[in-house]
Amino acid sequence: MLRYVLAALAALSLTPAPVLAQQGPLRIEITDGVIEPLPYALPTFVAETADAGKMAQDITAVIAADLSGTGLFREIPQTAHIQRFASFETPVSYPDWQAINAQALIVGGVAVSGGQVVVKFRLFDIYSGQQLGEGQQLAASAASWRRLAHKVADVIYSRVTGESGYFDSRVVFVSESGSKDARQKRLAIADYDGANLKYLTDSSTIVFAPRFSPTGDKVIYTTYETGFPRIKLLDIGNVRASLLPEVPGTMTFAPRFSPDGNSIVYSMEQGGNTDLYKMGVNGGGATRLTNSPAIETAPSFSPDGSRIVFESDRSGTQQLYIMSANGGQPTRISFGEGRYGTPVWSPRGDLIAFTKQHAGRFHIGVMRTDGSEERLLTASFLDEGPSWSPNGRVIMFTRESAGAGGTANLYSVDISGRNLKKVEGVGQASDPAWSPLLP
Amino acid sequence: MTFAPKAAVLLAVLALAACNNPNKYGAGNGVVDPGGAYGDGGVTQGSINDPNSPAYFNATIGDKVHFLVDQSTLSDEARTILTGQAQWLVGHPQYNAIIEGHADEQGTREYNLALGARRASSVQEYLVSQGVAGSRLRTVSYGKERPIAVCSAPECYNQNRRAVTVISLGAGS
Repeated sequence: MLRYVLAALAALSLTPAPVLAQQGPLRIEITDGVIEPLPYALPTFVAETADAGKMAQDITAVIAADLSGTGLFREIPQTAHIQRFASFETPVSYPDWQAINAQALIVGGVAVSGGQVVVKFRLFDIYSGQQLGEGQQLAASAASWRRLAHKVADVIYSRVTGESGYFDSRVVFVSESGSKDARQKRLAIADYDGANLKYLTDSSTIVFAPRFSPTGDKVIYTTYETGFPRIKLLDIGNVRASLLPEVPGTMTFAPRFSPDGNSIVYSMEQGGNTDLYKMGVNGGGATRLTNSPAIETAPSFSPDGSRIVFESDRSGTQQLYIMSANGGQPTRISFGEGRYGTPVWSPRGDLIAFTKQHAGRFHIGVMRTDGSEERLLTASFLDEGPSWSPNGRVIMFTRESAGAGGTANLYSVDISGRNLKKVEGVGQASDPAWSPLLP
Repeated sequence: MTFAPKAAVLLAVLALAACNNPNKYGAGNGVVDPGGAYGDGGVTQGSINDPNSPAYFNATIGDKVHFLVDQSTLSDEARTILTGQAQWLVGHPQYNAIIEGHADEQGTREYNLALGARRASSVQEYLVSQGVAGSRLRTVSYGKERPIAVCSAPECYNQNRRAVTVISLGAGS
């Protein structure tokens, strides 16, 4: 019974029309397009070994942060709980949880031994008075405990919403420091929630717009290390990177992987004109995809690899176009007021996220792949560069503040436009790219 | 209601070494920064009153030209400056130049990179049309990465939409 569809998620009704998903005793009230988050109870996981207390607390806190951070779930404070779990096997007293209006209950245990952490958990539907799905057990080295917590949260999110989760994922981005006219930039990577921040390059040269490989183990980006923009491929595991070949006297930038990981689409500038090209991931077999005197850049493959959405100013201003992944005649899809750039195809294939500039403001928005049903999700002095969560439900982007002291930060928003928030823990940052769900 | 221990998910330790060894980043630790990316300095020896000095080129002739929003077309004022640059470069063949194109912050990053390249290319074409050998010139775009004016207002944007001709002594001089 707990498997209702959160209206923000479902077919993503594009109008804010109230959707009342009231099945049995579950009450999901949506008024004026605002979802009432699902109240859940998450008692601190039971420590099953003598030294597991701190780990159990930490894992529980990360699960709560993941679930509540979606804006779709609301945690009932532990101080309100009536039943206490002395053991993972303690039977659930449903009336105790009904009394505090919990709709979901998560009970778990944590054991630590020999550098390994083992987490097990069960999810209960309080109103129907039964367990939802089977209990699960996951294990990892102690150093990966946050991933265990994210995986637990992903399972719960998935069981309740019917969608895959996005918590066990990472973000590669550009870490920024220094004044606005002497900005230092370096590549960095962190968990999706900003934890486990690590730097992948130093800040000796400008870098920007990194993107993950489809398997999440490599990053491709643009660097000025030769004095000119070049494309570099970096292995996250050993932090080794190599420049891809270039045509002398050109600039190459804006690289993106194809969904099969075998090729890279990118921009090359020659004699002042920028067009799109494709080459093998090892740098061979470059072919030209567009041939116009306009700027063509910011490409993004469709998830099936058959098409590419990109931006071009061939009409006079930046607009969005779709063409075959082999080139050919593109079709314009953006027709609203203002200019459109940085299109990114949703991993679900249904939507394209973009940056829109209009009337002196920047917006992150989404539209269907035929350009219909455009919706703007944000507005600010400067928002740009959307990147999709692995499940296509949340968008992370760069928000930069105005003025001499202006700084860039990472923000996320869900595709209904709700739950706008800053990604904490990563400092000043830009150009986020969200990884696939980790294996 | 059964507790079914699923196949344990073993998570590999992220093999991300601490990044304390700059050598692992490969070449390019020394910033190759032909344009003096932290300003538009370039070579600045000599007096602005000495017509043979780089300082004269930078300050008296003017090393930069400006552009309208989204434009790479050269204004009459820009052409006058570039004509002076071309004459100086023709008369001082020991110097080469890198032309940096820049954009203001009111645009997306990659588009602005391409836009800056258009601007640099406009300048290059004009200098070549005025007799400067193309082999002495190279272009680069910094997009919106290197503003010289940091306010978020038109007077700053006007300064940042620019192309800067950065001269340096060429090989063999």
